[in-house]
Order: sequence, then structure tokens, then C-alpha cells
Amino acid sequence: MNFMEWLRQPWPWYIAGPLIGLMVPLLLVLGNKTFGVSSSLRHICAACMPSRIPFFSYDWKKEAWNLFFVAGIVVGAFVAFHFFQNPDPVNVSPALVADLKQYGITNYNGLVPPELFNWSSLFTVKGLILTVGGGFMVGFGTRYAGGCTSGHSIMGLSNLQFPSLVATICFMIGGFIVANWVLPFILQL
Amino acid sequence: MENKIVEKQIKELRHREFLFQNTDFEVRSLDGSCVNESQLNHPWWHYLKYLVLGFFFGIILIKSEVISWFRIQEMFRLQSFHMYGVIGSAVVTGIISVWLIKRFNVKTIYGEPIILLQKKFNKGQIFGGLIFGFGWALTGACPGPLFAQIGTGATVIIITLLSAIAGTWVYGSIREKLPH
Repeated sequence: MNFMEWLRQPWPWYIAGPLIGLMVPLLLVLGNKTFGVSSSLRHICAACMPSRIPFFSYDWKKEAWNLFFVAGIVVGAFVAFHFFQNPDPVNVSPALVADLKQYGITNYNGLVPPELFNWSSLFTVKGLILTVGGGFMVGFGTRYAGGCTSGHSIMGLSNLQFPSLVATICFMIGGFIVANWVLPFILQL
Repeated sequence: MENKIVEKQIKELRHREFLFQNTDFEVRSLDGSCVNESQLNHPWWHYLKYLVLGFFFGIILIKSEVISWFRIQEMFRLQSFHMYGVIGSAVVTGIISVWLIKRFNVKTIYGEPIILLQKKFNKGQIFGGLIFGFGWALTGACPGPLFAQIGTGATVIIITLLSAIAGTWVYGSIREKLPH
């Protein structure tokens, strides 16, 4: 196996998980920052359209580090995807492949199925629910819960916070309900 | 010197407490406390370290495939261990790190003590958590992965991100009417 092939391999969970976990102490040591991505959405609101809403009336510039962090995510993802991406389709369980085939989803080359997420299907009912509806619930829900997978499930649990455990359990319950009993209906549309 | 650091910490803490709870809407008092703002702020290029950290986080998200819509479906359908392994080992690493930081009183690179806020329980964690879970299963992405998916060139996800920003904004505007 040559060097490039080695770089292009996907990482197993026991490499990726600890690396993600290390974001917690790194951010704390670099400047007392708590790991969390969803707050960036709030800072964007505060910066662009606060419209005198108390929730968005704060000094967002003090939280600018978070916007630098998400900008880094965009660039890092670009670099990894264009230069070190595994050329083979994602290796998911055969059970999922069989399930999704019923709905005409067979392309595993990207991170999202191109059959569902593309500009031309954006204005179909299915596309609107998945892209616009899903996005809205992500933004609304994370702020209502006070954090997302990074802020609650990783940072909060690392600090042994009970509310974060409640939030994480609810994330999973919500996901289970939709993935198993709602998404199949949406995919049939 | 010591005094300045302590003063700065108190201000930081107040700001973060405000961000975290934001239950009283008395924003002016916060602004009032920021008289010596210039002393508090680092020059902008200090933020570049977070850009670098985000860069590595973006690479990890791609290489571990945790931002793949397919991996998220697998997780919620209990068809694979991958996502549980990633999140579980990340949490264990985080718990050990935070414990070490507390145990050895680790300071930041600027010599300040590390401050960890306690989260307060409210019903939002249940209702909001469920709503986010619904959205997570549909989009296959939480907020971090949304940014990463855009980075990979899935430009239509920009719409999902804008919609997520709109969702956050709507929450902010009706938050007083919601059960907490």
C-alpha cells in the first residue's frame, strides 16, 4: 500500500472518537472555550439579524472564536474530501443498503445521497421536507435544547452534566422515531 | 498582573453565564460591565488558532465518515456500531481529559484557570432535544457536519444551513412563549 492509499483510508471509530474527544481539552487549554458548534448559528443570528430580540442582543464579537472554528471546519472538510477521500463508496451495513434500495437510493459515493439532496429535487415535497424542514428542526431544536451533539453529547457529558445526558437521550429518541417510522413515508413521496 | 487576569476572568465568566442562561433579558447590565473591553480582547489573529483547530475537526469529521447521511441512518436503525463507537470513545476521552484538567488544575496557555460552567436542567433539553433528533435523522447532520458537508461541495446543504439559522432565529423570537 503506498502513502496516498494509506491517507485515503477511512478511519475506524477507535481512532476518530478519541481525536474528537481531544477537541474538548484543546479548546479549554487554548482559551477557556467550551466545545460546541450549534452556538455558531446563534452568533450568526446575533451578527446579521438581531432585530432587538433579547436572545440575540449580546456582544457576539466576543464569541467570534466559534465562527473561526466553523470556518475551519468548512476548509478542513474541503481539503479532506478533495485530497484524502476514500475513492470507494462508504461501507455501510448490507441491511441499510437493502432498505434504501427500495426507495431508489443506490449512490453511496458522496456524504449525502445525491438522489435526495440536490438542487433540482430541492423544490419537490421530499426535497423541501429533508433540506428545509430538517434544517429548520436542527437549528430550532439545538437552540431550544441549549446545545447539539458537540455541546451536549461530547462537551456536556465530558463534564458529567445531567442535563446533557437528558438532551443526548432525547436526541437519540427523536432520531430513532424519525429514521424508523417517519423517514420511510417521506422517502415514498 | 495577577489582578488583571482575575478581572478578565470574571468578565469572561459573566459573559459566558449570560450566554448560557440568558434567562434575564437585562442585556444592558452586561454591556455596562464591559467598560475595559480593549484590555479584554486579544488581537484578531489570536482567533486563528481556532481556525486551525476547526480545520482538523473538519478533517476528522470527513475521515471518520460520521457526517455521512448513510452512517446516521445506520446508527438510528441499529445496523452498525460505528457511530456509537465514535461518540462513545469521544465521550470517554473527554471525561478523562476534563478529570485531568480538574485534578491537576491545568491552566490555559495564557495562565488563566480553566472555568467549567454547570448546566441547569430545563424542559428545553427534552423538547428541543427531540426536535433536534427529528432533524438529525432527516438531514443526517448536526450543526458541525452541516458546515463540513458544505465544505465537500454539496452546495445544496447551504439551504439546510440557512434553514437551520432561520430555525435558531425563530426559536430566539418565540422563546418566551415556549415551555422551559
